[in-house]
Amino acid sequence: MLDLFSVACVLGGAILFMAGTIGLLRFPDQLTRLHALTKVDNLGLGLIVLGLLPQFGWLTGVKLFCTWLLVQLSGAIVTQLIGGAIRTREPRR
Amino acid sequence: MTEQVFDAALALLVMGVGAWSMMAGRITSAVIIFIVYGLLLSLVWVRIAAIDVALTEAAIGSGATGMLLIAAAYKTGRESGARETVSGSLHVIAVLLASSVALGLASLAFVLPGEPVSLAGDVLRSLPDSGLGNPVAGVLFVYRSFDTLLEKIVLLVALLGVWSLGSDRDWGGIPGLKPFAQKHSVLVLLARTLPPIGLTYAIYMTWVGADVPGGAFQGGTVLAAMWVLVMLAGVRQIPRLSSPALRAAIVAGPVVFLAIGFLGFVSPGQFLAYPQGFAKPLIVAMEIALTLSIGVILGLLSAGPSNGKDAR
Repeated sequence: MLDLFSVACVLGGAILFMAGTIGLLRFPDQLTRLHALTKVDNLGLGLIVLGLLPQFGWLTGVKLFCTWLLVQLSGAIVTQLIGGAIRTREPRR
Repeated sequence: MTEQVFDAALALLVMGVGAWSMMAGRITSAVIIFIVYGLLLSLVWVRIAAIDVALTEAAIGSGATGMLLIAAAYKTGRESGARETVSGSLHVIAVLLASSVALGLASLAFVLPGEPVSLAGDVLRSLPDSGLGNPVAGVLFVYRSFDTLLEKIVLLVALLGVWSLGSDRDWGGIPGLKPFAQKHSVLVLLARTLPPIGLTYAIYMTWVGADVPGGAFQGGTVLAAMWVLVMLAGVRQIPRLSSPALRAAIVAGPVVFLAIGFLGFVSPGQFLAYPQGFAKPLIVAMEIALTLSIGVILGLLSAGPSNGKDAR
């Protein structure tokens, strides 16, 4: 049962990574490409961590969760910085 | 079967990305592809169960080197004023050099005489004498300590090389790294929240390096990353290069290493040998001093030479 849960979550995460990558390649401009990336960071990695949690002891679980939190923090801030850089460089359309 | 397919795909991907990095038209693109190449390479190291090497490759080969290369590409592009493109003949030379190195290494692997001689069994049998649990740390600090010492001194020489790029009268001034211009940027938030976490992680990484993958190089790189973040966000002033505390931190690792090395003449009677029963505490002391030095040196490498402000 727990294994099934893991497989479902990791698979969902992998599909999100796939979707995010397609978005990164296919979206028309930089801001929408950023949008595609953030979904992967938050939800995709979150689902993979969630799926792996039942497979390990609590200590590894805490480490995995912290990894996700750190990626969240750096992802959100780097996205802000890149978005800001794009806005200052390009005149408003 | 699936594992072989994955490994083959990974190997092809690494070679493809390597070739792409050499053929990229713009220098910054080439550097970014090179960073991806390093991350893929660390996956390869994980696949052959060399976690220590994988960590070092991701931290130094991809992270720290990538940052230095981006800074260099930006600087040369701006100073020459030209478009930062690479000419066709340079591509050809790069490809030729890289493939001759690869072919040379590959041919060496194929002409190895007979059964390879492995010392791994002997090392693992005598590892408990050093008190260490991580065989990689054991080899680095017990059997190959002279190589490890020289590795750190190479870093020192590299830093001197970067410093000498500045002019003579600027020697010892503040490094030319420009902090991010916006004062209230979200980068400041990151530079205030991340360093405590990073510092804890760097200490953890160095400490567990004695028993599981990790160690001075990996911990030092995390330390350097935190310091560069703080300098870039302008949260703390970049110190003068002539500051005595800074110079002390730079040489702390090699000095402690050499001191313990010479101590070996006194007790077991040989350079870089450890007194019976004291191997582990001495190695941990060396790792701590090395982590500090590596962190400061890598940070200063990315901060660049003095820009002449506040020189000695």
